[in-house]
This record gives sequence, structure tokens and C-alpha cells, in this order.
Amino acid sequence: MARIEGVAGQTDDRTRLTIRRVIAYTVLILFTVISLLPFYLLIINATRGKVQTGLQLVPSGNLGVNFKYLLGDTFKENYGNFFRSFFNSIIISASVTVLCVYFSALTAYAIHVYDFRLKKAAHTFILIVMMVPGQASAIGFYRMLKGMTIFGNNGLLDSYIPLIIPAIAAPGVYFFMIQYMSSSLPLEIVEAARIDGCGEFRTFNSIVLPVLKPAFAVQGIFCFVGAWNNLFMPQMLLDSPEKKTIPLILQIMRANINSNPSASDAGAMNLYMVLAILPVIVVYLILSKYIIRGIALGAVKG
Amino acid sequence: MKRKSISYAKWGYIFLIPFFVVYVIFSLVPLVQTFYYSFIDYTVSQGQAQSVRQATDVASNVIDNGFCGLANYKEVIVGDTPIFLSSLKNTMILWIIGFIPQIAVSLLLAVWFTDIRLKLKATGFFKTVIYLPNVIMASAFSLLFYNIFTRSGPFDSLFNMQILETASGSRVVVGLINFIMWYGNTTILLMASIMGIDTSLYESAQIDGANPTQTFWSITIPLIKPIFAYVVVTSMIGGLQMYDVPYLVGGTGGGPKTVLLTLVFQIQKGKNSNVSLVAALSVLIFIVSAILGFITLKIMKDDSVKTRYGKKKKKKA
Repeated sequence: MARIEGVAGQTDDRTRLTIRRVIAYTVLILFTVISLLPFYLLIINATRGKVQTGLQLVPSGNLGVNFKYLLGDTFKENYGNFFRSFFNSIIISASVTVLCVYFSALTAYAIHVYDFRLKKAAHTFILIVMMVPGQASAIGFYRMLKGMTIFGNNGLLDSYIPLIIPAIAAPGVYFFMIQYMSSSLPLEIVEAARIDGCGEFRTFNSIVLPVLKPAFAVQGIFCFVGAWNNLFMPQMLLDSPEKKTIPLILQIMRANINSNPSASDAGAMNLYMVLAILPVIVVYLILSKYIIRGIALGAVKG
Repeated sequence: MKRKSISYAKWGYIFLIPFFVVYVIFSLVPLVQTFYYSFIDYTVSQGQAQSVRQATDVASNVIDNGFCGLANYKEVIVGDTPIFLSSLKNTMILWIIGFIPQIAVSLLLAVWFTDIRLKLKATGFFKTVIYLPNVIMASAFSLLFYNIFTRSGPFDSLFNMQILETASGSRVVVGLINFIMWYGNTTILLMASIMGIDTSLYESAQIDGANPTQTFWSITIPLIKPIFAYVVVTSMIGGLQMYDVPYLVGGTGGGPKTVLLTLVFQIQKGKNSNVSLVAALSVLIFIVSAILGFITLKIMKDDSVKTRYGKKKKKKA
């Protein structure tokens, strides 16, 4: 198609580009608002009173009162211990993160560096099980743990072990690690370490691990956030009130709203939610550059 | 020089031990048990209907009538309690409501972010913001939305609508939450794929006088097909596992007319009662996600996995 090129055509083109830009920025700002509004409302609601009706866009002065209520006995009775739930969540998430990144790296290292007969079979196996959602075997998992009566009346239920140990076998993190290694871990490093007389296990711990630091940062965040936000498994396995994690407390809040619709603890509930998501937001904002790069890396290479 | 006098192969096996031991104990055995329960008639009776969050130390009677063939499957698909079919339908509807706007918006944003003529500024900021909801606890996010849309909440007092009390309304709210949580993720995946396209294609199209719509349909879409398929299939696998959002929006009852009762919800609900029915449902989830997973692997094989091994072979030769 022939186009008439000239001064008029060029300005026409330029105005069209400007219009497109204006539209693009308007839509982007709209989506920024959509993404941030929930957090804004949450923070505002955390400063509001016990009964919240209607929408409010400016903070109120009840933050201190809500804090006191959150730490007080009434909250403990109705929903659970504030500090205890944070402590539980931190213990579980931190252990999951450490085990998950360390052992996924070790597994990926085994397949990336060594040559052995079952190498490809092991790799394919892990890729296949990566696609099986954990929930598909959850009922068997639950019954199995319940049946382990050598650990007590309720088996291994109501324990943190089945929430933490399975993190050692994380196919998704393995997949990320092996991709990262194939691009950033030259085998020469390993060979040099061998020549210097370094044992295989020590090579991995003291020479390879530092090289993998960036991958650890990204996957560590994802593991931590995944465990921190997890509702399904803790809900399935944990029963004792003192063992409950943050999402389980939120679930109790939800149940209480249902049985008591004129929810009178709205301020404290919203404050609890703000505190529950705050650590994740802070870490995310600090590391967002690496995290966003990591999302695409974990998937198909574009 | 590459010849090894010592074989290091055993270290490969040793380093694989933790993964495989843990996988077998905590995933494979439970999976086999799930299959086993799905073929026997096994029910735990508590005397009364179990709430999802009740403690389990109530004395329970196990009814175990042994092998029953495919009866459980028949029951969950076409029987009196078709929990598979009904909750699959619920799950799919919720997924579609969230996914359609998600893929449309993500495509648009990804194209804009990567447009060489548009040259948008502050894309780093926008990317950070739109991905933010994804790292947030789904339970907290859902509870907030529940508070907004519930009776006499902000939405109700503004528009006088109790949308969480209608089936379609509560579905839309769950879809909206899923949309907000996931569109940033999809945008970034699609962007990575679009950025992989050779820019000279766009330049020559521009010289030939193609407008942005034409370049989008004739260059971008055909070239990002693999990642597009990947996004659809992995999102479907994620959708099958949907639980937190519908559970916190709908409560233990699964929302009005139980339209928020998803597949995974049924597992949580039946773990101490209809064990074998739930096991049959789990096996069906397993089959569906295995098919979807197989498709994903097929798509992925085109890029990363194959090239990795291709490279390796070349090195050895």
C-alpha cells in the first residue's frame, strides 16, 4: 500500500501516536488504582472503629485502640493469639524456605553436574510430577498422617512436620534452579575445585551455593510467600488453637462474621490483615526488580 | 582432558536421595493411597455432619466395605452426590470469569509495554504495582473483598445491592479477585515472550505501513502462541486448585446455592467423612491435571528443556 508521505502525513502520525500514548497512560493509571485500592482501603479500615458501615477514604483515629484490642484477651478468645499466630507462620515459612531452596539446588546440581545413567529419567520424572497438584493426593496424605498412630493418638496430624518436610521435594523450584544453573554455573568451577582437592559435598556448599545467590533470593521469596499465604494444608492438618497460622486466624474471623453479621471487631480484623501482608509487601518492594525478572525465568523461555 | 579417572556418578545419586525419599514418602505414597481409597467403600461417620474446621478427636466409626470397583467414580459423576461434576462446573465457571478479562487486559498491557514506538515511561513502576496483588495473602485479600461486598458493607451502602447473596454476584466477586491477583503475572509472562520477538519484524511492518492492530494480529499473536498456550494451560491447572478465595468469600457453606464449592473445597470438606468419594474426586482431579500438565510439557519441550540437552550433546561430541 502506497502512503503519501509529507509534512501533513507526519503530523497526522504524530498526533495518532500521542493519542495512543494518552490512552495507554490512562488505562495504566486506572489499573494502578485498581491494584492499589484494596491495600489503601485495608489500611484505612485498620484505622476505623469497631463497626464499619459504608465507604471511607480518609483515615480515622482508632489505630491505637485497634492495636490494644488486637493484643488483648478478647481478641485471643475470639480468634487466637496474635503473637503466637505470627510466630507460627514465621517458623513454618522460614523452615520451608530454607529446606526448599537448599534441597532444590542440591537436586538440580546433581542433575546438572554429574553424569549417570538415570540422569535424564530423573529429570523427566521431576518435570512430570511438577504438573501434579499437591491437592490431588491431599486426601491420601491426610489419611496417611492420621494413621501414623506411633506418633500419638492423631498420628502426625496437628504437627508442623508434614507442613515443613515436604518442601525438600519442590519440583517447580528444581526446574528454576536447573535453568539458572545451565545459564550461570560453568562446570569449570566444579572441576577447578576438584583439582584443588575439594570434596563433592563441600564444593556444593562452599563454592556453588554462593554462585546461586541470586536464584536463592528469587525462589526464596516465592517459597516464603507461598508458605506464608498457604491456607489449604494448614487448615487440613492443624487443629490446636495455639498452632494456628495467620491464614487460619483469618478463616476463623470469616466464620465469626458469618455467625455474627453485625461484626463488631472490624477495626482490629483489618489491622490484623494489614500486619499479615505488610512483611511480604516490604520485602517485595525491596526486591521487586529481581522478582519480576524471576517470574518469566521460571516459565517457558521467551 | 575430559576423561575422568574417577567416576563421580555415585555423587549424582547421593545428591538425589533427599528429593526422592521425601517425594516418595510425602507425595507418592499419599497418591497411591488416594487411588486405593477411591476403589474401596470407606466412610467415616461422625454421627453428624462435619464442619470443615471442627476438631477431629470425636469418636468416629469407620465403615469399610472393601473393594467396590468404580462405584465411587460413578457416584461422584452421575450418582446422588455428583460432587465431582457439580464442583468441576463451579470451578470452571469461576476460572473463566477470572481468566477472560485477565488474558485480554494482560495482552493489551504487554503489547503496550513492549511497543517500540509508544516508548512508555515508568514501566518498571507499573509492572511492580500490577504484580503486587499476586504476593498478597489470598485469604486477606478475599476477606477484604468480602467486607466490601457484604450486606451493609461499602458497596451495599453505595449501590444498595447485596451481591454476595446472589449466585452470579458471588461468582463475579471471586472472578474479580482472581483477576486482580493474576493479571500482573500474566502480563509479565506475555511481555517476556513478546520481547523475544525480533524487533526488525516490527520495523519492517511499520515501513510497509501496517497499523498497530495489524502488527498485533499478524506478528505478535502468531509468534507468542507457545507462551500463550502455556499461560492458558498453567492457569487452568492453577484454577483446578482454587480454594482460598472462594472459601473466604463464600464461607464454609460455599456461598449462595453452593456455587463457590470448588473441587479442592470438597476434599477439605470430606476428609473426615466421605473419604472414598473424595478420593475418587481427587483421582479425577489428578487425571485432568495430568492431561493439562502433559500439554504444558509438550509446549515447554519446544524451548528450554530440549535446547539444554541439545547443547549438552554437542559438548560431548
